[in-house]
Amino acid sequence: MAKKSSTIQVRSSVKKGVATIKCLISHPMETGLRKDKKGNLIPAKFIQNLTCEHSGDTVLDAELNGSVSTNPYLKFVFSGANDGDTIKISWVDNTGEKDSGEFEIPTRRR
Amino acid sequence: MNHHRRILLKSTLAASATGMAISAGLLTPKAVLAAWNTSAFEAKTVDAALTSAFGSTSTADSDKIKLSAPDVAENGASVTVTVKSSLPRTDAISILVAENAQPLTASFDLSPRTEGVITTNIKMGKSSDVIAVVKADGKLYTTKQQVKVTIGGCGG
Repeated sequence: MAKKSSTIQVRSSVKKGVATIKCLISHPMETGLRKDKKGNLIPAKFIQNLTCEHSGDTVLDAELNGSVSTNPYLKFVFSGANDGDTIKISWVDNTGEKDSGEFEIPTRRR
Repeated sequence: MNHHRRILLKSTLAASATGMAISAGLLTPKAVLAAWNTSAFEAKTVDAALTSAFGSTSTADSDKIKLSAPDVAENGASVTVTVKSSLPRTDAISILVAENAQPLTASFDLSPRTEGVITTNIKMGKSSDVIAVVKADGKLYTTKQQVKVTIGGCGG
C-alpha cells in the first residue's frame, strides 16, 4: 500500500466505521544504555515521536522511549473511518532521522 | 562598494542554503524535532516520571482499565502489552515499567475519536510491575500487573 518503500508496514481494516490499524516499523530502538562487546556504550537511537493522521485529525500522537522493543509494533483503533480512506503515519527518532508514509485502508472483501 | 555588495550576496546565499538544508532534513538542530518530554522519559523512578508527565502522582486504581501482559515473559526484549480503558473521555495512555532504568516507556495522546485501546511491544530489563496510567476526564487512573522475565531485554 505504501507509495514508496518505507520503514513502516501497515495492516488495516475498517468495520462499521471503526478502523483497526496495526503498524510495524523497522527501527533498532537502541536505548543508549547498552554496551557492545568492548564495553563501550552503544549510542542511543530510538523513535521519540510517532503520529497517525486521518482526515485532518491526529488520531494518535505517541511519545516513545528507548524501552519500546526493536522494530516497534503498535495497534490502535479509531472511529469515523471509511473503506479506502488514507492514513498518514510519521515518525522521528532522537537523531532526527524520520520517515512517513500514506496508507490506504483496504476495502473489505465481501 | 561593488566589493561589499558581492559579500552581502554571498552571505545571503549561504544563509538560505542552510535554511534549505534544515527544511530538507539534512541538518537536525534540536528545535526542529517534535516535542518529547525529556524529563519524564529520563526520570529514574515511577513517581518522578509521573510528576514530569502529568504534574501529579495521585492516581486512583481503576478496574475499568484492563492491562494484558504475559505473567511470564521468556524474552524481555519484546513483551506484548495491551492497555484497554473503558473510562469515558480517555485522552492519554502511558505505559511504565517500574524496574526499568527509565520507567516511562511510552505515552499515547488520543483524539476524541480514538478508542482507549493500545497494543505495543516493550523491553523489560528484569521481572517488574508493568503499570498503565490512563488520563480520563482530567484525572489519572492506574492499574498494574507483575510480569516475570526469564531473559532480560536491556543488554541481558
